[in-house]
Amino acid sequence: MEPSEQSTNGPLLRLTGIAVHYGAVVALNGVSLDVQRGEVVALMGPNGAGKSTVLKAIMGLAPVVAGEVHWQGDRLSAATHEIVQEGISFVPQGRRVFTHLSIAENLEMGCLYLDDEAEQARRLEAVMELFPVLYPKRRDPASAMSGGQQQMLALGRGLMADPDLLLLDEPTLGLAPIIVTEVFEKVAEISERLRTTIMVVEHNIKGVLDIADRAYVLDKGNIAHEGTPQSVRDSTILTDVFLGRANPGQASED
Amino acid sequence: MATSAQTDGDTAADAQAVGLVTRLIRGNIELWANLLVITWAIVFFVWQGTGFAITVGTVFAIWAILAVSLNLVVGFTGLLSVGHVGFFGIGAYTMAVLTSDASYEAARTDAIPTYGWPFFAALPVSVVLAGLVAIVVGVAFNRFRDDIFVLVSFGFAIIAFNTFLNLREITRGAFGIHEIERPAIGGWVIDGELEFLLFSLGALALVVLVSWLVVTSSFGRVLTAIREDEEAIAVFGYQVTHYKLAIWVISAMMAGLAGGLLASWTSFIDPNSFILLESMLLVSIVILGGLATIWGSLLGAMAFVLMEEGMRFLPFIPPEYVGQARQIVLGVLLVLLMLFRPQGLVGRYRL
Repeated sequence: MEPSEQSTNGPLLRLTGIAVHYGAVVALNGVSLDVQRGEVVALMGPNGAGKSTVLKAIMGLAPVVAGEVHWQGDRLSAATHEIVQEGISFVPQGRRVFTHLSIAENLEMGCLYLDDEAEQARRLEAVMELFPVLYPKRRDPASAMSGGQQQMLALGRGLMADPDLLLLDEPTLGLAPIIVTEVFEKVAEISERLRTTIMVVEHNIKGVLDIADRAYVLDKGNIAHEGTPQSVRDSTILTDVFLGRANPGQASED
Repeated sequence: MATSAQTDGDTAADAQAVGLVTRLIRGNIELWANLLVITWAIVFFVWQGTGFAITVGTVFAIWAILAVSLNLVVGFTGLLSVGHVGFFGIGAYTMAVLTSDASYEAARTDAIPTYGWPFFAALPVSVVLAGLVAIVVGVAFNRFRDDIFVLVSFGFAIIAFNTFLNLREITRGAFGIHEIERPAIGGWVIDGELEFLLFSLGALALVVLVSWLVVTSSFGRVLTAIREDEEAIAVFGYQVTHYKLAIWVISAMMAGLAGGLLASWTSFIDPNSFILLESMLLVSIVILGGLATIWGSLLGAMAFVLMEEGMRFLPFIPPEYVGQARQIVLGVLLVLLMLFRPQGLVGRYRL
């Protein structure tokens, strides 16, 4: 029972013993992790390790059977619409932009709970400033954009809610290498300029370790490693989990 | 070599010419579709005279209300419902039961309760009752989408039809209900066909206006987003089920309005007006006109009504086969449409 003073000093987000089961499949097996205010936290691991499930569990989009999510010291709701109102934005895998809506309309979809039109216009302008590539195309349908631009749009749409925490699920998936670099630079820029706390699930290990403050490595639904990006680079943990070795990370700790 | 080059040149020129023609047709296919249907309507009305135009116009108004309202659900939100006819029937039966003439009903052996309400008191009840049933049905259907939604809406159409047929204490089953009221304002009964046409067109205008306000609002944008990616929109905190329920109920209320108009206009209804086939025709009209376009539904309804009414004038079809021939023609038309123009006459989206 943490008292509410946690909200100022404690972690922004804390997961304790989160377990997610999809029927008989155990996707997460008691995951505990902390996200501090202002950090960029990377979540890595092989396919099926449960990285995306962690984000979905936070957003109330996965069947959580055990464990708790605390947001600024208080228990977080399990209803997605309330979680969004708390200040958590989720940018799902595969961009998922609305191709028949214009870019400006796509962005407006990101701030549902905002009745204040002036504030909406201000945020729209701020996002356009952060993503200059979107501005000249703001009236065009999203289908007219390239994959990289759509990813920028998806990031911008996530920021329209002015979140305290931004959850990114594989933001560089399926993008050309040069665009991947741009996306990572943009994520770093969001962190620096807006001071938004970011938790990012990534396959591109080098890119994400360059921008992360801390990293978690997941393996088969469990946290296999936690530490600084350097600790991940120094350890054999990634090769171990990706190659499916028993007792991952043990060798480096000897 | 020279001949070969010559032939190549000819083929290229031919291809260019063909390309020009196809471009001319393809590029303006919306314009052509509009021109075709409107010209067809004008020629038809002039040829057949005022009485015919008034009848067809009224049929058009009722079908158009149904098509525009169904398009809100099918086209704009992406829920393929084949149960629209159920709400149409609820509206019609509400009107019939509330307004049918008591003296006529009393003369029958299997009398049903009659209330003798005026038209304008019954019409809002038609609309509201369709809406209330839609809330109940919608809450039950909300978890479904895609092909499962088609199936459950199919189930609703069947249940509705069987209720009309078997709830004999109220609907008199297959015998139907007679002597349904015409609208009256004070002593002035809107009895004339022209007056009723104008009244129906007024109702259609109201439906179009409400639909237009809905689809151009931010609510309408959320509906579009739901059609495109329901899960993605849920991530932004939109309670998708609320939006789907809201548009479902609005659409059903419009269908209830159309039902009330139909009952009053024909002054007789029986369950055969509300069979599943009618729903299928409605979905066809929506697809024919184009998904997610109000104008398309108006155009589709007009084309459908003209085709339906027009086929009885074809000399080579014996009158007793006209009904079946219509369905065959519509079926063939739909297949051709799906093959060559899946977005419909003026639409942009595909099913």
